[in-house]
Amino acid sequence: MTKMMTSLTRVLTTLQHKEPDKIPLFLFLSMYGAKELGMSIKEYYSKPEYVAKGQLNIREKYHNDCVYTLYYIAIEFEAWGGKVVFRDKEAPNAGEPIIKRCQQIETLTVPEIKDTPCLVKVLKTTEILKEKVGHEVPVIGVVISPFSLPIMQMGFDKYIQLLYEEDNLFKILMKKNEAHCIKWANAQIEAGATAIIYIDPVSSPMIIPKQLYKETGFEIAQRTIAKINGPVITHFGSSGCMSIVEDVMKTKTVGIGTTELEDIGSIKRKCKGKICITGNLNEIEMCRWDKAAAEKNLKEIIAKAGHGGGLIITNSQAEIPWQVSEEILSHISEVVRKWGKYPLDWID
Amino acid sequence: MKRLGSLRDEFETSILELNRLNVMRIFEQVQESKEEINFVNDVIVPVLEKIGQDWEKGDVALSQVYMSGRICEELIEHILKKLSTSHTKDTIPIAIVTLNDFHTLGKTIIYSALRTYGFDLLDYGSGIDEDTLVNKAEKDKIRIILISVLMLPSALKVKNVRERLKMKGLDVKLLVGGAPFRFDDNLWKNVGADAMATSAKEAADIILKWMGELA
Repeated sequence: MTKMMTSLTRVLTTLQHKEPDKIPLFLFLSMYGAKELGMSIKEYYSKPEYVAKGQLNIREKYHNDCVYTLYYIAIEFEAWGGKVVFRDKEAPNAGEPIIKRCQQIETLTVPEIKDTPCLVKVLKTTEILKEKVGHEVPVIGVVISPFSLPIMQMGFDKYIQLLYEEDNLFKILMKKNEAHCIKWANAQIEAGATAIIYIDPVSSPMIIPKQLYKETGFEIAQRTIAKINGPVITHFGSSGCMSIVEDVMKTKTVGIGTTELEDIGSIKRKCKGKICITGNLNEIEMCRWDKAAAEKNLKEIIAKAGHGGGLIITNSQAEIPWQVSEEILSHISEVVRKWGKYPLDWID
Repeated sequence: MKRLGSLRDEFETSILELNRLNVMRIFEQVQESKEEINFVNDVIVPVLEKIGQDWEKGDVALSQVYMSGRICEELIEHILKKLSTSHTKDTIPIAIVTLNDFHTLGKTIIYSALRTYGFDLLDYGSGIDEDTLVNKAEKDKIRIILISVLMLPSALKVKNVRERLKMKGLDVKLLVGGAPFRFDDNLWKNVGADAMATSAKEAADIILKWMGELA
């Protein structure tokens, strides 16, 4: 029987495309920490110590194989001067775009991390977590790709027009966003992050044509990821990546996030022995799952993509909703421990 | 000039490639034969519908759906202005909104396409909360509200819209769309919507059906 591994060894083993003791589980729970500590979401994110404590509780409760330092997706938008809207029981959301006219791109200033309180709090949380978990558990940081951040900076519709019709301003914005993204990723690694998730939904072929991706999002990812001083996992939010997997592999990413919109078995076949895949629990449906539904979904993922390592089970998007019950989260964890144990003899 | 139907493929390729020059070249041919209105009905509308369906199948990207919708909307406005006419259907009051947040892409795509199909609808904008939406709908005597959302919490707020409409005794149909509804087939029913649509064509078909029921 395989000896019980630490979470970090388990993850490193699977990244090397070998079978660890069991399939690693990353439940991306962020605001859920507020529930753990019995406080409002706004209060929870007011102190780095609260978020660190929330993450440690979550790890212990659900046997999570990582601690996760993402506060909320809109935090980088906040760093660039955007307003974030806090409401009960939901992830803080981006307010109105900060770029109202494309010409404002020219005067946009890249945030200084040390002078940006919301980012400084994340770094502090990362430091605390690293000190607590040491080399036993990976600390996972997050950046929004330079290519996808404009969804929040200027609104999706305006950004698509910029992408197609304002090449010069598009390049200026990418230059600024790339500088920020590299600095932000490396600051998190210096603070103790083991790996960075690079969230890039705009690069998905569901959002832009493959050829346009090759000329834009792909080149930006290649340049950016090459300058990040640690392993990177590329994630496309809730959008798919099937037809660009081969290109994504050329960006030096060590993993690729998948969604339930695409067959995880097919993606695993494309990535086998090359890069790790993560996914693909549907966190929207998860809100109304019972235990049987959770088990059915997990067993399907394990059966299709578990063999030979190279799989981390995660939810498909960046954050599990508040509405998912603790009972279901516990059951997910239990099912992964039971059915995700290597060798996966139960699969035909 | 070629028959209008035979222009569809060329027009589709041109708008998907954002080749505005070619779009104008095709339109000049149409102008010469004074078939502008038929061009709207026999070429622009079916091509836009096909692009929406191709997105559903994964054959075109969302950015192409958005940009082709914009080009078609501009072209139709140009045609109608030039002919001093309208192709708006006789319709009941309809409004469209991005509820709760500022992610407006879905709303903009549906709004452009429905206007191209000849629907007249009020755009309530984005970042609107449930109370404001229901109050505006009451004031404008709206009978159908199209609600676009990106995030799950916004989708869940449709339930509050339904409750507030009920409290005010307003008979309003709710048509919802957006990512959370695509990830959970049952969600639109659970939040009290009357239907969900995954494309502008589907939305148009549902609205036409409801118009018959509500007339």
